[in-house]
Amino acid sequence: MIWRIDVFSKAEVPSRGLISQIRDLGLKGDFKVFCRKVYFVEGENSQAEIKTIAESLLIDSVTEKYTCQKGLFPEKPDSSEIIITYNPGVSDPVALSFEKAIRDLNLQVKNTKIARLYKFDGLAPDQIKNISIQLLYNPLIEHILEYGKAAHIESLDEFLGQKYQFELVSIDILNAGDERLKDISNDGCLSLSLEEMRIIKEYFAKHKRNPTDCELETIATLWSEHCGHKTFRGLIDYEEKNKAGETIKKTSINNLLKSTVMKATSEINSSNCVSVFHDNSGVVEFDKDFNICFKVETHNHPSSLEPYGGASTGIGGVIRDILGTGQAAKPFASVDVFCFSPWHIAYDDLPIGLLHPKRVIKGVIGGVRDYGNRMGIPTVAGAVLFDERFLGNPLVYCGTLGLIPKKKSFKKVDKGDLVFVCGAKTGRDGIHGATFSSKELDEKTVFLTSAVQIGNAIEEKKLTEAILRARDLNLFNAITDCGAGGLSSAVTELAGEHGVRVSLEKVPLKYSGLSYTEIWISESQERMVFFAKKGNLKKLQQIFEEEDVELTVIGEVTSTNKLELFYQDNKVCELDMSFVLDLPKLKKKASWLIEKEEEVYVADKTNYSEDLKALLSSPNIACKDWVLRQYDHEVQAGSALKSIYGIENLSVSDAAVVRPDLKSDKCVAISCGINPFYSDIDPYWMSALAMDEALRNIVCVGGSLKNTYILDNFCWGSPQDERALGGLVRAAYAAYDFSTYFGVPFISGKDSLYNEYSVEDKKISIPGTLLISGFSVLDDWEKIISANLKNEGNFLYIVGFTKPQMAASAYFRQLKIKDGFIPRVDKLIAKKIFEKLSDAINKELVLSCHDLSEGGLAVAIAEMCIGSNLGANIFLEAVPQDKDMHNYEILFSESPTRFIVEIAKDKKEKFEKELKGLPFSLIGCVSKEKKLVMYASEKEEIINVNLSDLRDAWTKTFEEFR
Amino acid sequence: MKPKVLIIRTAGTNCDKETEYAFRLAGAETQLLHINHIKNEGNLSEYKIIAVPGGFSYGDDLGAGKILALELMLWFKDELKNFIDKGSLIIGICNGFQVLVKTGILPDLDFKQKATLTFNDSARFEDRWVYLRKPEIGEQKPENIWLKELPEIINLPVAHGEGKFYAEKDILDKIENNGQVVLRYTDSCGKSASYPLNPNGSLNDIAGITDITGKIFGLMPHPERFMFEHQWPSWKERVLEPFGLQIFKNGVEYFK
Repeated sequence: MIWRIDVFSKAEVPSRGLISQIRDLGLKGDFKVFCRKVYFVEGENSQAEIKTIAESLLIDSVTEKYTCQKGLFPEKPDSSEIIITYNPGVSDPVALSFEKAIRDLNLQVKNTKIARLYKFDGLAPDQIKNISIQLLYNPLIEHILEYGKAAHIESLDEFLGQKYQFELVSIDILNAGDERLKDISNDGCLSLSLEEMRIIKEYFAKHKRNPTDCELETIATLWSEHCGHKTFRGLIDYEEKNKAGETIKKTSINNLLKSTVMKATSEINSSNCVSVFHDNSGVVEFDKDFNICFKVETHNHPSSLEPYGGASTGIGGVIRDILGTGQAAKPFASVDVFCFSPWHIAYDDLPIGLLHPKRVIKGVIGGVRDYGNRMGIPTVAGAVLFDERFLGNPLVYCGTLGLIPKKKSFKKVDKGDLVFVCGAKTGRDGIHGATFSSKELDEKTVFLTSAVQIGNAIEEKKLTEAILRARDLNLFNAITDCGAGGLSSAVTELAGEHGVRVSLEKVPLKYSGLSYTEIWISESQERMVFFAKKGNLKKLQQIFEEEDVELTVIGEVTSTNKLELFYQDNKVCELDMSFVLDLPKLKKKASWLIEKEEEVYVADKTNYSEDLKALLSSPNIACKDWVLRQYDHEVQAGSALKSIYGIENLSVSDAAVVRPDLKSDKCVAISCGINPFYSDIDPYWMSALAMDEALRNIVCVGGSLKNTYILDNFCWGSPQDERALGGLVRAAYAAYDFSTYFGVPFISGKDSLYNEYSVEDKKISIPGTLLISGFSVLDDWEKIISANLKNEGNFLYIVGFTKPQMAASAYFRQLKIKDGFIPRVDKLIAKKIFEKLSDAINKELVLSCHDLSEGGLAVAIAEMCIGSNLGANIFLEAVPQDKDMHNYEILFSESPTRFIVEIAKDKKEKFEKELKGLPFSLIGCVSKEKKLVMYASEKEEIINVNLSDLRDAWTKTFEEFR
Repeated sequence: MKPKVLIIRTAGTNCDKETEYAFRLAGAETQLLHINHIKNEGNLSEYKIIAVPGGFSYGDDLGAGKILALELMLWFKDELKNFIDKGSLIIGICNGFQVLVKTGILPDLDFKQKATLTFNDSARFEDRWVYLRKPEIGEQKPENIWLKELPEIINLPVAHGEGKFYAEKDILDKIENNGQVVLRYTDSCGKSASYPLNPNGSLNDIAGITDITGKIFGLMPHPERFMFEHQWPSWKERVLEPFGLQIFKNGVEYFK
């Protein structure tokens, strides 16, 4: 029997938020929407039991009431209502909690299912249908319970899987010609090229048999772009030409990653690097007891299809990377960077198959918020950028840092170790996620329904607690996460040097009906794999039981160098480890055309106040406190400098600073550098500038280069496109050049390719985007400094040299000017500036410091004023600059490696001595008058704006998201 | 002798470790235990103070603090009654406050839910610092155990999606008349103010209440997030005493 319980607020107020979203769709008139929760319970339960369940679990007796009835629908369903529920196979965390609470009550039910009900007043059925699809549900994971189809459902089992009968499937590739091989790859969604299919065919020909489906899927997963990074690790023929068509550089690259990013790290050879480009995250030294690890992942493709689920599983995944580092690290901070499309596009103008950017923005931020907050890991910093080309393909970067005891920083795997899977049960979620992200998105993508899933943060939180307890009792010796490829990549990679035997029927399932292959490649979230000695089994079970986390032995490490899988004693896979883990190297072509930059000038103005306000309110610069405040950025109590803060005034910091260990005074500054706009001109300088920005931000708060480490995350278009790949090569070259120049090593990285989308045969590719994430270990939290102005009368200096480098600047983009000179990092002075300024800050000569980035000098000083409620007087003539610069260039140029610093009068001499020999100068002072005044010359005032106007400009842009 | 403090955690509790740290800084002996462990082998009578920390117990999946509240009622009701009767202290922070209200321990110690902490008016989770005002001297009736030595206006952060204090008028009047409202959201001068200074739309700007004896204290703001001066966002401009730490010290001092 199925019972239905509807829960709703006693006041039953219409949902204001939803109504305003519906108005955005263009619907007018007087209408209302009400929301309810609907719980279905199946079992042999009496009405009294259902009443107990409703009253003790489902309602807040002060504010809510309920109704209950038998069956899914009432006798006469109301056509003004729609009920939305998850698709079969999508795991619902709330249902799991619900079932746990029912068990607490000592009651038994067979199944539960949870749904949302929307009741509309004043809208026609076709309007309701349109609203539902645009705003209320995502058919990839949810559906509308329709009376016609669902009224006669008698058991909720109908939402679950069918029974599974074992049958070994083998695929005939031995007799397949090239066309057939291609079909096998395409039909099976394997994303393997013909060349790779031929190599596989050859392997099995040697073994005189055809592969099973499971073997083919295992190879496809481990060889996928997502797991194997075959572009970065493959062969690239690269050619650079000038405008006249002459070749100026031609080279063959064998493994772009090893020859640029990793090469820089090995040349720098820092003794603080503990484990780099090797484990699930990069590990460096923190203090005598602990190391720090950091990983940044992307989750772009899933987030474009289901923003909330994609982003939440993105952050869930990177947290597991930290848990799966060494013998498990404790996550202590997260950083999230997003690139979205501007949100003012009309619904009617959206290409078919795309979600509206507003929905993407809210969904992605909501996903990170709900997952990170529930995990109790503070999301402390990030960035949000906007460009039209992210419409079909938003970028979602999720990063997490962890703290790990030194002696737990490496894994050990021995023959005879038991293989454990722990955490969530396995379902059909996310099958083909790894191979799917190695393809471009197209309109067909919507049929890949199982590639998308939602996260269950509490499951991962429980898993974290259990794993860290087991780690501290030395109960396991190696651990890794189930990410892309699920068990297939986790188990294979961890046991790769030995061999492993796994019995797939032992893996706990969410529901029946999964084949052995589905179990093996499922990407169900919140699962980890670890290896432990047999003798520790009992203690492990005790801990996991208390923490209420599933734990199962599924196999054993062997010494056969083979991957052997069984299902109910039937062998379903036997592959040589050396074959699956040795990716074939495929050759790709890359080219780049060096274009000469054109000088371009715009008319001078006598006043730039309006231009400054326009820049402050542009989405890329405007204040994003509404994002940070949705994140619990203070949990774990280590917050030492928040990236945005202030009760009445709003201040921004260049980097967030966190104490990962409350017993130590040491702290970690975390920053990022990203500016895809430069990529349009030259990805080489885009890459160098991203690094400069990440390092500037570290220096601003008191960090120094020598304890700083960086991570690379390349998000690019299709590597099949020669020019796109050429840009990627250039960006990687710059990463090498400037990492070695600054002496700041890369410790980890990741690439996400195929970020493009086709609509009606037109391809939209994202601008090549490199995120550089940086972090620095600081010895003493007391020495960090913030960016807002401190006291009237203090001196303001600019450090660094200003050039007319306006190309792709926020100012020129606002004016829609495409030409100009791109900023370049100056290798003659950049490193010295960083070092000397760090020294000055460390000697406590500097009261506040802010870097010059988007919007240049004018925006930087405006932000320092806004944060403090103090004004400033600035004289442009004093700025160290190129000859004959225009005022708008001095104000808005984005030349890198520049800072504004505030110095107390009595520290003037010491500070100037510290920076001697470098470009810097006194450009003004802090004033008690609440306005920013900038002078071109002594009598020529070109900016004069009240603080309140600056603040309004900076804070009003995202009004509809607040 | 150091009083012994029990910090209760369960699936989704996430401010437990720093709450324990704050109690240790304040001079207590602490034990941080999973509710399943306490159920199997714990004994509440060993402790002088129980803390129910912040987080998202069971994901707040059926409402904030709901399932943990249910478990406390099902498994520990009598033990908790004895604990309270002995004059021991309980503090519930954020999710812990939601739990205390949903068990009915607050406001009336009778295990009947009379008030609630419901969805913020902003309809979403927010983490922000607020001004909080204690009752003026004379205004307040129960002995103010937890807020001693603190100035009239203090700063602490809130971080929640369900923190709007709500009760029917008769209940609200009663706790007001009894002087059980011990912390209110205000502006910097201590005056009633609207969003974002009252971050969730709480009735009567209520941020924290005690039972009639003042021993059981529930509050939405996080005192464990102001035990070091650097946790206060503007510490580079103006250093404040860590107000939060004082709250833990008060609990510990009570037994000295």
